[in-house]
Amino acid sequence: MQAFLMITEPLFAIPRSSELETVTITFEGESLTVPAGVSVAAALLVGGVRDFRSSAVGQAPRAPYCMMGVCFECLVEIDGVPARQSCIVTVQDGMEVRRQVGAASLDYVSFGKRS
Amino acid sequence: MTVVGGGLVGAAIAYGAARMGMHVCVLDQGDTAFRASRGNFGLVWVQSKGHRSPRYARWSRDAVKLWPALQKELLELTGIDAGLRQPGGFWLGFSDAEMRARFELLEGLDRQVGEIPFRMMDRSELQEYLPETGPTVAGGSFCPLDGHANPLMLLHGLHAALRLKGAEVITGIDIEQVRYDPGNAGFDVIASDGQRWKSERLVLAAGLGNAHLARQVGLHVPVTSTRGQVLITERLKPFLNYPTNKIRQTGDGTVQVGSTSEDVGLDDGTTTDKIEWLARRAVATFPVLARARLVRAWGALRPLTPDGLPIYQASVSCPGAYVATSHSGVSLAAAHSFVIGPWTCGYIERPPEFDVFLGDRFLDPNASFSHDH
Repeated sequence: MQAFLMITEPLFAIPRSSELETVTITFEGESLTVPAGVSVAAALLVGGVRDFRSSAVGQAPRAPYCMMGVCFECLVEIDGVPARQSCIVTVQDGMEVRRQVGAASLDYVSFGKRS
Repeated sequence: MTVVGGGLVGAAIAYGAARMGMHVCVLDQGDTAFRASRGNFGLVWVQSKGHRSPRYARWSRDAVKLWPALQKELLELTGIDAGLRQPGGFWLGFSDAEMRARFELLEGLDRQVGEIPFRMMDRSELQEYLPETGPTVAGGSFCPLDGHANPLMLLHGLHAALRLKGAEVITGIDIEQVRYDPGNAGFDVIASDGQRWKSERLVLAAGLGNAHLARQVGLHVPVTSTRGQVLITERLKPFLNYPTNKIRQTGDGTVQVGSTSEDVGLDDGTTTDKIEWLARRAVATFPVLARARLVRAWGALRPLTPDGLPIYQASVSCPGAYVATSHSGVSLAAAHSFVIGPWTCGYIERPPEFDVFLGDRFLDPNASFSHDH
């Protein structure tokens, strides 16, 4: 399973230009510099993340599918809030993103750190 | 035997007939149907049912006691798990007045019917069972017979079991006409596209379609509908160990929130005001749900008789024709398979004191009816 967690050569890329604004986020504690203004899902994909979460039923690794808020495959924990749809949340500097492991728990404590 | 209707009622009765050796053909309407069986709440429930009809209370009680046998049989035969869990279930009250009324209702039922045990719990005792209960909940009633199942897997399991028992299940068939032919002592079932099926026996289990079809074989089945809207959350780690009559956590981890009762004709849509009302009530009941995300809402139409009780009746003028209609297709599933199925085959007598379930009760011009939905 650890192999899936590795950040690898990205499948996707955004053309580099000198004007491209970037922000820095972390995924599983690892720092990623990503384009500003894109969704968290796009940022993670460009950053080489392939394994976003594990299935609540079979524990298998999952990654984004629809990228438009419908399929719920791209769920991650953002700033302590579990099971957020990373494809419809805009990336912000300093975001702490983690894999969503299985089903969300409602008794998390860091609720509301970031709106 | 031809069974018109492949929802939970039709499939359960058809399976009950097929497992006794009857050759069964199930005609299912397809995706244009209203399909209450695919939109319901999934409770396997007894408490408070039949408070105006002790026979219905007994029927419901006996049905949930038969459920484990159906669950086991479907699992062994098909490998499909209908998801039955019967840990007991809760009704929750929000005031002392509601709690008193509930106690009187359940105590009356227990006295008249028997063997429907219940226990009233105050807030502190309730929290030992449902720790997430909110401060506005005054208490609850618990019935150890209550539970829930996965209605979609139940329907899937019944259809798979039917095929394994040699039954035909034909979908996409819109039945317009049923005719009794006394010369051949049989029935002609005719679809809108002209296809026909002949059989010696006929079971009408077509939900809202029963009213129109039953009339053609001398049966009076006044079925109307109320709409129930329900919500479902994302999958969550287990936190509700018992179903309540309005909120339950499914085996998959989703939390289902029910339900409205709306008289809106044949509109099975959803409305934002009702979704909001359901969500607010859910959060008042279990405040932690404020953090849960909803993923879907839907509406479904309950086929209801004027008094909310089922109709089970054999036709006198067209012998061999039967009608069954109920909005409790999940709770009553095992009784439909193990009792109503064999009865419609002529293998067993009609259960005792079933006159209360004749559709003819609605022909009495002096009677008035009401239901809880």
